Amino acid sequence: MSFPDRKEEQVRRLLAGPRPPVPAGLAVAAAARGDRLVRRRRVLRRIGWALLFAAAAAFAVWASLARPWELPPSEVSPPLQGW
Amino acid sequence: MSPVDRRSGPWAEFEAFVAGAAGRLLHVAVLLTAEPGTGAGDAVGGGVGGGTGSGSGAGSGCPGARRLLAGALARTYADWRRVRGDDPYDHTRRELCAAYARTARRYRGGPGVLARLAPQERLALVLCVHEGVPEEVAAAQLGLPVDRMRALTARAVAAMRPEREAA
Repeated sequence: MSFPDRKEEQVRRLLAGPRPPVPAGLAVAAAARGDRLVRRRRVLRRIGWALLFAAAAAFAVWASLARPWELPPSEVSPPLQGW
Repeated sequence: MSPVDRRSGPWAEFEAFVAGAAGRLLHVAVLLTAEPGTGAGDAVGGGVGGGTGSGSGAGSGCPGARRLLAGALARTYADWRRVRGDDPYDHTRRELCAAYARTARRYRGGPGVLARLAPQERLALVLCVHEGVPEEVAAAQLGLPVDRMRALTARAVAAMRPEREAA
């Protein structure tokens, strides 16, 4: 495995050029953007929970009014027999 | 040590992390986007015939790489609580590579060292050869089979070799 390693070593040396200068204020800008990201995620999460609770409440109200588990009163009378 | 400011905890840790790792991460980003960076990338290759001799001074040659790095660092800071116990550098590099993979078509061509390679080949070369990430880990990170990862790396190394020999 020495041959591929030697080739990789050459390419690695080719890649290890001089590093570009880091712009000033990178950490401050990234932290500000990260804070915005956290805030946006928090808002989205709150909206999601609010929608979930609203849907659950609406379903409970509808179920208590409509009572879909009860059989509706029969509208068909049994056939007349034996008179 | 720096004086404790009003946002001491995570902010101070994050600032120390950026101070230590930003140079290496920006280098990774510049390699991926194949932007001029310091402008010395062509000088390393020995001035290959046909290469553009854009020898601008050290400065603003890599807006795309900076944008990628800024986004990755912002995500790292947003997840800092979770990332801190893990490896922040690894997390940021992962975000950086994912962001590059999403927007790779913007960075086709360019004067950088890896300009001839396809996006996946650039990722394979930078992760496995330059950064020394194990092939299995890199393959899992990019969502590729290990065999494909190995083939990509080998092809990228082979494609980078002729320039080296011609120089």
